[in-house]
Amino acid sequence: MDISLDTKDEKNNLDPSNIKPRPRFISLRGHLLQRNITWFLMALPALLWLLVFKYLTLFGSWIAFTDYKVRRGIFGSDFVGLQNFEFLFATDTAIRATRNTVLLNLLFIFVGTVFSLFVAWLIFEVYTSRFTRYYQTLLLLPRFISWVVVSYFVFALLSADKGLINSALKSFGFDAVSWYTSPDYWPIILLLVSIWAGVGISSLIYLSGMLAIDPQLYEAAQIDGANKWQQFTRITFPMILPLVVINLLLAMAYIMNADFGLFFQVTRNQPLLYPTTDVLDTYIYRSLTVTRNVSMAAAAQFYQSIVGFALVIFFNWIVRRIEREDEPLSLF
Amino acid sequence: MMSQKQKLRELRRQDTDRLMSFIGRFSVHFALIFFSLCCLIPLIIIISASFTDEIALTREGYTLFPSMFSTRAYELIFKNPRAIIQAYAVTIFVTVVGTVIALTLMSLLAYALSRKEFVLRKPLSFFVFFTMLFNGGIVPYYILMTQYLRVQDTLFALLLPYFVVVFYVLILRTYFAALPEELFDAARVDGAGEWRIFFSIVLPLAKPALATIGLFTALNYWNDWTTSLYFIRDSDLYPLQYLLYIIQSNAQAMQIQSSVGNITVGDVPTQSARMAMAVLATGPAAVFFLFFQRYLIRGITLGSFK
Repeated sequence: MDISLDTKDEKNNLDPSNIKPRPRFISLRGHLLQRNITWFLMALPALLWLLVFKYLTLFGSWIAFTDYKVRRGIFGSDFVGLQNFEFLFATDTAIRATRNTVLLNLLFIFVGTVFSLFVAWLIFEVYTSRFTRYYQTLLLLPRFISWVVVSYFVFALLSADKGLINSALKSFGFDAVSWYTSPDYWPIILLLVSIWAGVGISSLIYLSGMLAIDPQLYEAAQIDGANKWQQFTRITFPMILPLVVINLLLAMAYIMNADFGLFFQVTRNQPLLYPTTDVLDTYIYRSLTVTRNVSMAAAAQFYQSIVGFALVIFFNWIVRRIEREDEPLSLF
Repeated sequence: MMSQKQKLRELRRQDTDRLMSFIGRFSVHFALIFFSLCCLIPLIIIISASFTDEIALTREGYTLFPSMFSTRAYELIFKNPRAIIQAYAVTIFVTVVGTVIALTLMSLLAYALSRKEFVLRKPLSFFVFFTMLFNGGIVPYYILMTQYLRVQDTLFALLLPYFVVVFYVLILRTYFAALPEELFDAARVDGAGEWRIFFSIVLPLAKPALATIGLFTALNYWNDWTTSLYFIRDSDLYPLQYLLYIIQSNAQAMQIQSSVGNITVGDVPTQSARMAMAVLATGPAAVFFLFFQRYLIRGITLGSFK
């Protein structure tokens, strides 16, 4: 039976000989089981993928409790209890990586949110202008450049002898800085790069929140003589505060996970910069492929995952408590 | 959106203090132009360096505009283009095949999960979304890929990682669930099966959502270098971004060697040639982005409201 609506069909449908009484509701219910089977078959390929790549790997976390030997496999290797974790936390590196991950993420989240809100507000104020879409396009552009290419241009800016920043410093009479050997500057450099890469998307999210505010509120405020700043503090900000808080909380839930590309590529994996740039993800990468200590990597990984899980549950619980009934924003 | 725009325009017309509002708008535009330029300038620096003469680049460093124009970097690359053509072939293959498979898998799953009459909807949704909360991470994944599936140094290793991204399934499911139920009933009355409904009603109607998710997925594949970092050693299978990374880290290693006086003559491209490679690797993605950006903006807004 054809479902297209071209004229030929419609004519056929109008032909009295074609009209048969259809047991409509019975047929709809009768096929429900069959439809359920079809839906399950539709979902199956993706479910199998999730089973293998998400659930099997979940059980694979067992490595963290074994003395892993490639030849003996995950479940054939000797169980060693919490020994890997003892070794892990006996090193300063793991503590340092945790500290860097959490502190840098906090920095990125808070400064990034304030800046994104600011940019969203700027765009909102001139939303009727025809330039708006060009601003949005350009602000989104960095998100779609790979971290490898980003590291190329950061190098063009920061290279000790050829970089633009050092050329500028010298022309103003300052001393050149050897950026790639000075860890102290890197929290700020990484903050700037992460804002640069992320501001497009998060300002877009806040902008869409601002556009949902009833314009009559602004009309009333204007009649009462409120200036732009007052309109922002009294209308725009309170109205999008729930969205901001929820985005902040959900970002906090993932605070144990660092952006591997940002920390690995942009720093060019320079060991001299590790004191301020080594995060859990880069530490796990090195343990896994460079020092080849799989059990240690697995212990760090399990620690990252389990703390992350607890944080997601905790922050989601908070979000659930403060979200509005009609506008669910929590993850689950 | 249009009526919203009109209302805001109306509001602006009523603004009483015209001079202040003009100065205000001017400074807002000024700030936005500044931020937009900040997003553009890095690309300009790379393009400029790729067109700069190598000696001038070494002497004067990176500049916003070529200090001495030269196309030699591109000539060098195209004189011996095997590596980059091979990398392009790998990247294009993986991006196209990967995106088609990923979109198919994700939209089928999202459609099933969007059906209210699907008895397994609740448990399967939990099965899917639980992976967002807790996952094993890279270490078990690495063991799985290399010891059990043994896909290292194959195209499968590059294709597999992005088949299902749960967050995208979430967006698609919301979109499918918002389609009017009468449409499905009407199609069923006319005897259309679920596959038929999916392919000839749901997919055409969901084009904007599919375009957005397709774009995100394609960019994930195009910009992927971490997968190769873990699983690809065969240089014939290097995708573009990984080739760029390898060139960069080789150059870095050579610089260290030469600085300790142990100069080896390797096959390391000049600085301008490296920048030219970066331009060639980013160009298509940038054009693609500009072409589809309206879907992108719509999609992000869609995602933020679930």
